[in-house]
Amino acid sequence: MKKRSGRNGFIFLCAAPAVILFTVFMIIPTINVFRMSLFRRSAYSTTEDFVGLENFTRLMSDANFIRSIQNTILLIVVVTIVTFAFALVFAAILTREKIKGQNFFRIIFYIPNILSVVVISAIFSAIYDTNNGTLNSLLSLFSGKTIAILWKGENMVMVSLIIAMVWQAIGYYMVMYMASMASIPQSLYESAGLDGAGRITQFFQITLPLIWTNIRTTLTFFIISTINMAFLFVKAMTSGGPNGASEVALSYMYKQAYTNSSYGYGMAIGALVFIFSFGLSALINVVTKREPLEF
Amino acid sequence: MKKILSILLVAALTMSTLAGCSGGKEEKPAETPSTTEGQGEAQEETPEAETPAEGATIKVAAIETAYGSQMWKDVCEAFTAETGINVELIIDKNLEDVIGPSMQAGDYPDVIHLATGREKALTETFIKDQNIVDITDVLSMTVPGESAKVGDKIAGGFTETSLTNPYGDGKTYLAPMFYSPCGLFYNAGLFEEKGWNVPTTWDEMWELGDKAAAEGIALFTYPTTGYFDAFFYALMYSVGGADFFDKATNYEEGIWDTEEAKTCFDIVAKLATYTEKTTPAQANDQDFTKNQQLVLDNKALFMPNGTWIVGEMAEAPRADGFKWGMTALPAVTAGGEGYSYTWFEQAWIPGGAQHQDEAKQFIAFLYSDTACGIFANAVNADGEPAPAIQPVLGIAETLQGDNQMFYAIYDNGAKAAMGNFAAYDSGVVGVSNREVWFDPVNSLVSGNMTEQEWIDGIKSASDQMRANLIQ
Repeated sequence: MKKRSGRNGFIFLCAAPAVILFTVFMIIPTINVFRMSLFRRSAYSTTEDFVGLENFTRLMSDANFIRSIQNTILLIVVVTIVTFAFALVFAAILTREKIKGQNFFRIIFYIPNILSVVVISAIFSAIYDTNNGTLNSLLSLFSGKTIAILWKGENMVMVSLIIAMVWQAIGYYMVMYMASMASIPQSLYESAGLDGAGRITQFFQITLPLIWTNIRTTLTFFIISTINMAFLFVKAMTSGGPNGASEVALSYMYKQAYTNSSYGYGMAIGALVFIFSFGLSALINVVTKREPLEF
Repeated sequence: MKKILSILLVAALTMSTLAGCSGGKEEKPAETPSTTEGQGEAQEETPEAETPAEGATIKVAAIETAYGSQMWKDVCEAFTAETGINVELIIDKNLEDVIGPSMQAGDYPDVIHLATGREKALTETFIKDQNIVDITDVLSMTVPGESAKVGDKIAGGFTETSLTNPYGDGKTYLAPMFYSPCGLFYNAGLFEEKGWNVPTTWDEMWELGDKAAAEGIALFTYPTTGYFDAFFYALMYSVGGADFFDKATNYEEGIWDTEEAKTCFDIVAKLATYTEKTTPAQANDQDFTKNQQLVLDNKALFMPNGTWIVGEMAEAPRADGFKWGMTALPAVTAGGEGYSYTWFEQAWIPGGAQHQDEAKQFIAFLYSDTACGIFANAVNADGEPAPAIQPVLGIAETLQGDNQMFYAIYDNGAKAAMGNFAAYDSGVVGVSNREVWFDPVNSLVSGNMTEQEWIDGIKSASDQMRANLIQ
């Protein structure tokens, strides 16, 4: 009996630091966000008025908010699909095929991931420049006429953001997929090859099912990181412009909470984004559930 | 061989990480100092803080801008020498991040120097919360070390605007600091070379626009839509005078249906058609210097800006024979008045300040000859002169170089426009003045929005703001 309580005490002591930190820095602030979303207040208000769900009802008729949520969803869907496809294909090629300079490509693909977003936005500022940018110059070279697409203009700005975000994310997911692909036994491919399965059949019948657990995890990562990274990219590259065309949920929340001094309203946006990302992750988790396959 | 290759690759990775660090700093020096660094530098005590105090110690928080930080250190020292009150100075480029958390915990600086119009909108937030100390009595205080009164030293008009008296109750809450005339900046060298005259009316402006277009030069560009505030205020003054400006900035019912308002909207909408086409795509915090570069490269004639542009673009390449010129906004009719908006920063005492009497003395001291001299002789971080000009009488005569020409704009016939939109409380959500008035200019230029859609947006936002005005 005594021994048992000593053990429990030890477990408690070991877990306590993490639990305390998690409570202080995650749970309490999150509860606070939900609490403040029910008030009309600024970031430094000494007093606050309780307004119930008014902030939420006003959000529903706020055209700018709806546009920012649309942009966020567009980014989540397109960036996830494109990055996912490229990362899988590159990972499969780099693990399965014998290519000269494999390590070299691995590193080249991974480099964008370790660059800070500010540097990436500076790089893309040069790429997207209308008159001297790399992209327009290349297009002009191949088409034979002068092309002056306004990449950061109102019509193209979301496409430009998507390209930059995909470029930044591919390496990270590629490395994750490569790690799990490398653990698939070679013998499976050999016997499939003897049975006459081509490379593409092997990819869909062997590789994909065997790394499925990994893919499920990364899909959740995609949702969370796209929501967060979109804020950084928008802040650094476009400031939400031109005329709000590239505003995403979190940049709009920041604008409302600080620039517009309506902190309670901003927190209501935060609360919605929280629920949205949680719900979407849960949904993805349920939809992609499969019996795990063993080698 | 393989080993060497992998060593090289690892080295390349390390380099790119480091490149990331340096690139980040180069890109946005004002935005991204690491927190620890920022706070380490932030806490500076004047040497006098060690000596036995005659009075209390006040905490002064000032934003570090293009004027550098040394002038604030010098002024605080001079203040302590004059009054015996010690000063703990907090100065940082990201001042909101440094003082924000402690203010949320209830620990306020005694004096805050921070302009309106910043992204974090700290000053606006305090105005909306009505959390600023009334400093009307400072105007009748004697400047420490002098016999003159503060109110007599500050130039006319500066303490009667909605920027200093935000609630329109005749009381002053914010002290005007460092003023700068805003106007349209251009390449005076190009005008001489082509034999063009600087337009004095909007009709002449459109004529010049057509002439320039024939030579492949656009009439107009703007750094970001944020620069339209000064432009729009001056335009409202030149169209309808102070009376129209006051009504418009107080969102008076029906004001946007008046003839004056229509003239303002038409001018901006027409100007949008004369604007360089790449401008909106570059009108963000990352690329705005590319728009400014259009003027230096003779690709656009005019841009709205302030006197800081000279220092900001000092290192940028430019067309041969380039010479800065600045003009007020043209008049609406021949013989009408041209206006130049006077941009200035503010110093104020937050409601939670502990030492309000000493803080008021500090604000009074900011208008002393000593302080004005220190500010006017400021040097920026690169050691270049960056004079910060206090709004006191007779200071324009002491200026030199480009600045002499800029500040003389009011002596050359232009009238001064001051003020801004009236303060509303945090009941206004989803819209702000910038978002409804100025940001849509990007869409007007790119053709994604019509003039009528812009006006409709302004009208509906005005209704919300009028209902939440702080009375």
